[in-house]
Parts: sequence; C-alpha cells; structure tokens
Amino acid sequence: MLDAINEALHAEMARDDRIVVLGEDVARNGGVFRATEGLFEKFGEERVIDTPISEGVIAGSAVGLAMAGLVPVAEIQFLGFAYQAMHQIAGQVARLRYRTRSRFEPQITFRAPFGGGVRTPELHSDSLEGQLGNLPGLKVVAPATAADAKGLLAAAIRDPDPVVVLEPLRGYRGIRGEVPDGDHLVPLGSARTARPGDDVVVIAWSYQVELACRVSDRLAEEGLSVRVLDLRSIAPLDVAAIADAAEACGRVVVTEEAAQTGGFGGEVVATVVEEAFWSLEAPVVRVSGYDVPYPVGMLEERYIPDEDRIAAAVRRVLEVA
Amino acid sequence: MTRPTDEQRRGMLVDMVTARVQAQRLWNLQRQGRVGTLAPIDGHEAAIVGAVHALDPDHDWVIPQYREPLALRRYGTEVLDRFLLYNIGHPAGGHLPAPLRVLPNQISLATQLPHAVGLAKGLTLQHDSGVVLVFFGDGSSSEGDFYEAGNFAGVLGVPVIFLCLNNQWAISTPTHLQTAAESFAAKAAAFGFPGVRVDGNDAGAVYDAVDTARDRARAGSGPTLIEATLYRLGAHTTADDPTRYVPPEDLEAARRDDPVDRLREELVALGLWDDAVNAEVEAEALDIFDDAFERACAMPLSDDAMLDHCLAEDTQRMARQRERLLADTGGAGG
Repeated sequence: MLDAINEALHAEMARDDRIVVLGEDVARNGGVFRATEGLFEKFGEERVIDTPISEGVIAGSAVGLAMAGLVPVAEIQFLGFAYQAMHQIAGQVARLRYRTRSRFEPQITFRAPFGGGVRTPELHSDSLEGQLGNLPGLKVVAPATAADAKGLLAAAIRDPDPVVVLEPLRGYRGIRGEVPDGDHLVPLGSARTARPGDDVVVIAWSYQVELACRVSDRLAEEGLSVRVLDLRSIAPLDVAAIADAAEACGRVVVTEEAAQTGGFGGEVVATVVEEAFWSLEAPVVRVSGYDVPYPVGMLEERYIPDEDRIAAAVRRVLEVA
Repeated sequence: MTRPTDEQRRGMLVDMVTARVQAQRLWNLQRQGRVGTLAPIDGHEAAIVGAVHALDPDHDWVIPQYREPLALRRYGTEVLDRFLLYNIGHPAGGHLPAPLRVLPNQISLATQLPHAVGLAKGLTLQHDSGVVLVFFGDGSSSEGDFYEAGNFAGVLGVPVIFLCLNNQWAISTPTHLQTAAESFAAKAAAFGFPGVRVDGNDAGAVYDAVDTARDRARAGSGPTLIEATLYRLGAHTTADDPTRYVPPEDLEAARRDDPVDRLREELVALGLWDDAVNAEVEAEALDIFDDAFERACAMPLSDDAMLDHCLAEDTQRMARQRERLLADTGGAGG
C-alpha cells in the first residue's frame, strides 16, 4: 500500500506543478514511513517542504498556500497528533470555502496514518473518523486496499475541497494487492462491495475491511454468505450503497476501531435505520473499540476488533430468526 | 526613515476620520438592533491606516483580525460593502471578491497568522512580489498559532509582516497578565527576525515601520514583527462594559493622546486641514456608509443560501437537505 501512495504522489506532482508537499520529515527523509520517498530529489525543496514540528502551522499554512492558488498536500505524521492541528482543520480548513463564498478554493489534502496494531507509543493510533466526519466542508476517505490508496489519494488531491486521507498504519506494509498502472482515480463518496453475499453485510472501512473479508471467507466455509461493504469514504457518505446493502441482506454489522460512543459507526447505524428499517430482520450489531482512550501495547490486541469479534457479531445478528 | 509626505499624511487623515465617524454610525446601528455584535475601532485608526498606506493594494495582501475593516478604505470601497454585509449577518459578507487582496474577518484569534505564512510562501513560489501584512492583537500573541507561525515564517524567510496592535487590553485582561516579556516585539528574537515597537498613535511612525518591513520582505530578507502600542478607547465589543475594569484615569490619559486628534492637529498647524475640510470628510464618510448600508440590507438572500458554498458540489445528503429546506420554506433555490 505504501508503494501505491508513493506512486500517486509522484504522478500527481508530475501532473500538476501547483502541488506542494509539506510536513515533518517529508523531504530529506522521505517521510518516517517513506511515503514521500524520492519526491524531494525529483521536485526540489520548493515543492517538498520539511516543516518544523508544528501541526497547527502545517494545517494553517496549507490554508494560505491554497489562497495563493497552490495545491498543498500535507502530511500529519500520525493522526493522533492532528489534535494539535484541529483548530485549523475544523475551524479554518473545513470552512474556508463556506466563509469566503468560494472566493478561495480549499484544494487541500491531508494524509495521515492512523489506527492500531503496530505497538506504537501513546496517541499514535487514535481513530478520529467520528470527529472528522462531523465537520461539514471536509471530506474524509479511508482506503482499505493498495489500489484504493492510490486512487483515492489522486482523487483527493484533484478534488476542489479539502480531503483528509486516512491511511491504515497496519496496512502500509501489511496490505498488498494489485494496483492499476497510470492514471487511477476512485471517486470520493463511493463505497465498494469487497465481498459479495446476502445473509448479512459487514460495513467497515480501512483495515477493518481486511479483517471483515477474512471473516467472510472463513464463514463461507460454513455456508454463510457474508457481504462486506467497504465505505472507502467517511464523508461524503455513500448513503445509497449503505441502503442497498442493508436492504439486500436485512442483517447488518458495523465495525470500527474507534471507541464505541460517538464513533462514526453510530452514524452508519443511523443511516441503516433511516434508509432500510423495514428491510431489517434483526437489530444492527456494532463492533468497536472500548470507551477508553486508545490503550498501550499490551492491551491493544484486545481493544481493536479482531476477526473473532467480527465473526461473533455476524453470528449474533444471524441468531434472530 | 521614510516619513510619509504631507499629501500622504492628508490621505491618511481622511481615512482615519472616515473610520472614526463610520464606527460611530455602526455602533448606533448595533444599539438599534440592526447589526450584530461588533468590535469598535476607536483608538486603532492611526496604526491600521498608517500601515496600509505603506502597502501597494494591487500587490500586497492584508489579513485583518476583526477590528480593522473600516480603516481599509485604501483597498477600495468594496471592503466597506462587504464589512456591512458581514455585520448584518449576510453570508456574502465573507466574500471579498478577486482581485481584492484582503481576507475576511478572523474570529478565531491568531489562526490567521499561519495563513499569512502559507500565503506569503505561496506568493514566493509563484514569483509574485506581494507582501502579506497580518494584523493581530496583544491577546492573540498568547495563542500557540502565534509562535508556530512566527517560527515557521523565520525558517522560511517569507515576505510577511506581523503587525501586533497592542491596545493594552484583551477584553478585560491587561498586558501584564498576558505576558511577562518586556514587550510583544521582543518575542521576534525567538523567531530570528527583527521585532520593532512603534507608537501606534502616530500614523507616520507606523507607516515608516511597515514601509521598512516591506522593503525588507521584498528584498527577500524575511519577516518583521511590529508592535504598535496604542490604547483601546472604546469597548472590546458592543457586548462589553469596559467601565467594569478600565481605570477611568488611564482612559482619560489615553483620550488626551487620541490618534485622530493628534494627526488632525499636526495637519491643521501645517495649514493642510481645517474645520470645513473636516466637516466635508465626515459628511462624505457618512453618505458612503449610509449608501453602502442600504445596499447591504437590499442584498438578496435565497432560501437555500445556507447550503451554498459548503462544498463545490452537494453530497447525496446535502442534496436531500436542500430539497427539504426548500420544501419547508416554500421557497426557490438561488
């Protein structure tokens, strides 16, 4: 997946010379995960900018760069550090178009790794889809495959509105797959059926899709048909795809890594209820982290929904006759 | 030293007197319930007008905080038009159309400072010779964004002028509770670029400081922090009662050094201003204001304006919300 992201950045920067990449360690070091590898050498220090450790000014200067007509692609080294930029992301980036009545096109992309499973110290693994998804004016995408990581990033960079691209930390090297050559765009706001099925649908995004697919494959051996709907996009939300999947299956599981209360999964459940209530054959079941801050290493495997918890949820939603 | 010419000083006084009387008009409209909460400009006129007169409106950008717009007449009448729309709560008030190099008010203090750094960097990358002047206050200097922006600006060496209007008060908090530093200008030392302190009641001195900073920026030598010291002669906002905390004797002393009176007296002594001119300028300022206010109040507003300009295109949900909103209001889209 990392190679797909790097490929998209190279291709987009070559395509549009208004694009400027900025962030901590993105230039000379090629990013701490090497996502921006080779950009500095190819495009130079004017377009690939190492910033001070200063998330607020990374986000805030992106606003100014966009006002000047450039297309900033900023990296937040870990999403949990975006708390220190949230006043700019929520208060400024997300409402730049709205408050200036489109005088300024906020063509700004943020990339940030997030999610757990790699034994990072505190705050590196927080999932903020719930917070970010509740900011009108902001788009949020979360690819689950290498191909989508390329296609969604390219689409995000070209989108006239600000987009946060959430990249699964565990997927950087853990998710592998075919990536289309050349120009590859995945429209923002379009979900994807990751596994067909009609007994139950598991709705997920990012690394949880990978786990849900494994569960689907496992349960297929028992004769269960488990569809997996990969949202790909938190905002805009593909309401129609959620409705279709819920209507087709009648039983729904929603899984996410964040804490349960106020998590984005709640919004997905509300959408299912609003759109497909009369098709439901059982109450929707949620799988999520616990209502605690993301825990330290020895606890994280219990915190993150794993295949067993997702499989158990699928069985539970099937129990109702 | 680049002191402004007499003709420039006269132009500054026109703008300062204009801002003063228009601010009074605006205050009255607020008291009549015709505009929303606002922050009066009284006492800040010389610093703002002096600063923008050192700029080239065709090239240089101005990023206000929220007290400045009435003193930005140099950037054209559109600024007043939009500011009045802003004050009546019309969404078009935030739209300062191109090619105007002025941003709308910023309410979240100090967040405009990182914007200024990015904008200045962007201008440099596009080989645009413009300089960015960004206003903020003594209180805003306590925000993290001030330090992050100053630090990054120093590292990048971008053409930006940070202009701190130190009016001694952040609502009720006096400067000695805001910082233990010797001055706000002194904070530039940590950023690696010059910090200067000027008398903010002296329009010419502010002009000079900004002119010098602008030359420096255009020469590629980087940012400057300017602290203009002045005194807030009015309330923080229309919702504030400064008699609860401003010592009357301090206010009285500050009024004796009113920046508008000061320049007026200087120009009267030089034979460049008199009562007749003053009356004429005030009358014209009010005519322009009243005309702009009338136009602002007549500005149409579609029933679904609320949903416009959030994103370039409505999402599936927003399209439905727009439909419902129009059904609820019985209106038509704009």
